Amino acid sequence: MAIINLKLKVWRQKSCDEPGKFQDYASGPVTNDMSFLEMLDVLNERLTMDGEEPIAFDHDCREGICGMCGAMVNGYAHGRQKSTTLCQLHLRHFKDGETIVIEPFRAKVFKPIKDLIVDRSAFDHIITAGGYISINVGGAPDANAVAIPQDTAELALDAASCIGCGACVASCPNAAAMLFTGARVSQFALLPQGNPERSRRVKSMLAKMGELGFGNCGNERECEASCPKNISIRNIARLNREFIRAAF
Amino acid sequence: MRLNPNIPTGPLAEKWDKRRYAGKLINPANKRHFNIIVVGTGLAGASAAASLAELGYNIKSFCIQDSPRRAHSIAAQGGINAAKNYVNDNDSSKRLFYDTIKGGDFRSREANVYRLAQISNQIIDQCVAMGVPFAREYGGQLATRSFGGAQVSRTFYTRGQTGQQLLLGAYGSMMRQVAAGRVTVQPRTEIMDIVVIDGQARGVIARNLLTGKMERHAADAVILATGGYGNVYCLSTNAMASNVTAAWRAYKRGAACANPCFVQIHPTCIPVHGRHQSKLTLMSESMRNDGRVWVPKKAGDKRAPALIPENERDYYLENRYPRFGNLVPRDVASRNAKQQCDAGKGVGESGLAVYLDLSDAIRRNGKAEIFRKYGNLFEMYEKITGEDPLKTPMRIYPAVHYTMGGLWVDYNLMSSLPGLFVLGEANFSDHGANRLGASSLMQGLADGYFIIPATIGNYLAEISPGQTDAAHPQFALCEEEARNKIDRLLAIRGGRHTVNEFHRELGLLLWNNCGLAKNEAGLKKALLEIPRLRQRFWHEVKVPGSGCDLNQSLERAGRVADFMEFAELMVLDALNREESCGCHLREESQTPEQEAKRDDNRFSYVAAWEYNGSHETPILHKEELAFENVRLSQRDYK
Repeated sequence: MAIINLKLKVWRQKSCDEPGKFQDYASGPVTNDMSFLEMLDVLNERLTMDGEEPIAFDHDCREGICGMCGAMVNGYAHGRQKSTTLCQLHLRHFKDGETIVIEPFRAKVFKPIKDLIVDRSAFDHIITAGGYISINVGGAPDANAVAIPQDTAELALDAASCIGCGACVASCPNAAAMLFTGARVSQFALLPQGNPERSRRVKSMLAKMGELGFGNCGNERECEASCPKNISIRNIARLNREFIRAAF
Repeated sequence: MRLNPNIPTGPLAEKWDKRRYAGKLINPANKRHFNIIVVGTGLAGASAAASLAELGYNIKSFCIQDSPRRAHSIAAQGGINAAKNYVNDNDSSKRLFYDTIKGGDFRSREANVYRLAQISNQIIDQCVAMGVPFAREYGGQLATRSFGGAQVSRTFYTRGQTGQQLLLGAYGSMMRQVAAGRVTVQPRTEIMDIVVIDGQARGVIARNLLTGKMERHAADAVILATGGYGNVYCLSTNAMASNVTAAWRAYKRGAACANPCFVQIHPTCIPVHGRHQSKLTLMSESMRNDGRVWVPKKAGDKRAPALIPENERDYYLENRYPRFGNLVPRDVASRNAKQQCDAGKGVGESGLAVYLDLSDAIRRNGKAEIFRKYGNLFEMYEKITGEDPLKTPMRIYPAVHYTMGGLWVDYNLMSSLPGLFVLGEANFSDHGANRLGASSLMQGLADGYFIIPATIGNYLAEISPGQTDAAHPQFALCEEEARNKIDRLLAIRGGRHTVNEFHRELGLLLWNNCGLAKNEAGLKKALLEIPRLRQRFWHEVKVPGSGCDLNQSLERAGRVADFMEFAELMVLDALNREESCGCHLREESQTPEQEAKRDDNRFSYVAAWEYNGSHETPILHKEELAFENVRLSQRDYK
């Protein structure tokens, strides 16, 4: 454990309607076993006592699974550490005296709310368009009635591991939601239970994605590189195949 | 207040069928006239919203996060129990029932627990049908693993992220009903009060967290699925926003609160590392399948774990409990860890940790196999501690994790406030004094998918729909109170401490006096200090910003203010229960081997507390627990 000092440039914006700007702060002495968000907590405590408004940022589980946190750290979604959400990022990856630029996820569809918080409700709309299997509660067959090969189940789980944080959109030059949508489409395309609605699902979800104003895939692979859950762009390829299959 | 648990008569195995048959029905065409509010979108809330909407009811769903998919059920790691007996190891509903009753140290209702065990199998069927990618064997059949407190393999899982997959399933079902127009979801909304008219829950006062605006929502029934109150300890494995506010308001409006002192302290969490730590992270109990827990035999031995030879290690769980070994229930494992650390054998910088060592399993099964089972947990551990569990044993220590106590409900999941139903962790119903691993997911989904759809109709059939108007003066009154609370918090001048500082102080007070081990002197001390701390809070807390836009400090202040009140009830309950049972250890009541000693003659009851005004002691109601199908025994995992 070591004590370090960091220089922070943090995006402050009161609301969607007001322009924002970078503000400089000193982290003060922090220990490098602290998490990135704990550093912001400490800074916020200080701002509060100094009579300033603390920095607003989204977070909840703080164990990398709820998908609520997220910000650009030195230009990288959730910071440069691979397969790590912002809440799981720890200060041991930063050097004493380093300058860190912190700004919100930027995409046309993700409207700013305050400081580092943006509106990601568009993801809920994409799911509402078909990201489920239409089965009512009751009357499901025995869980072992349909055998699913182990590797198929694992691939489906790889896709289903998406936490809906929006890093993929924020990292994509086109602000596409292809990785997010592809992950959900893939989960159900791989499983036999998803088969009956296969065509309808992919068409509906893609249409919604476009309607909401997300861009399309340009094969930059930034989404995959920034994904804290290692969702592979194979899921985008599968999304495209599913779409072509559904179209003909 | 009269508490009637409403348990059907007749043989245990027939009670649930009997209730379902006796319940009044509502004509399918009439269901759409009923409006139901569901607060919370975790497993219980999302599954209830989905299944009730499927039946045709109109649902208004509220959550505190930016999306219903974030609710903290998502963080459940290990798995979900069901008595499928797929592996032919002699499991059955009756065995799951017995394990759960015994695991809860005989402080839960037989009828509720039996129903839970009966429904468990349907949950797995349902989840598979909705595309939850459970782990599979090579032959394509579902895989299972073992959890604490059971000698069968009945836990279904998706790596270390079972809660995530089950929640995303329930969330998908709920969003399907959003598409169908039967559910509206309102995220970033906090419930400030429950509106009671003529003795019935008829709506809520909600605060829009983006604008600060108070909203009135009227309904024919209100369902709370707001989770547990573990964050009263400040440091816990709960998400940062998890709170007691809605449940506490319901209590103050007439819903009894049961067994609030039953708090589970999970044995396998990553130890506290510093003053600024904001939360604790769990390492799934499933790792106790393959991991061995140990400390150095000699107190004060600070050598690195690799330098401590085998014969100088104490595998204390295996030695003390040869039958269950590392898989003893959570309360037993937690208490033993504390005893080892109290004896000076704790490891790591703080001395408040024990080792969880996977090296034998790695030697036996290979790194790849172990990584396949627990890979994401290893990564999480490494991110937090900077150490690789495949190379060096993990350090773990107990942390507050789950609350078995909660709002009192009858067999139909209705609270003592008619029209208010409570589901999932927010109720007290099924886990007694200790919850077994992989049972919370089972309970949340049983409540939401299968129980509430069958029981709520019986209440609704007695009332006419749409009778409540949000213009009713009671709504105005509740809104006024909610607004006053916000205004008071913002009006405190000369604030000297942040909300966080107060929360931490409260948490520490509770951890020290109402935590892993409790005694009369400590509890009485806490009862004196909590009101003082509360008073200081209301004079000295500094809440920046305004009440008319997104203000996270203000949100937190409101929640901590309620924790400050709730804490007192929790300690009072702990003081009242002069026995040890499950997670509740009173030092005055232990066996010579330092195991929890129950006192069935005096305490075989549910302690349900009724609010009696802010200056009076709450009234204790005792719901006696009748055990007709199991024999009460001292739990023995040796």
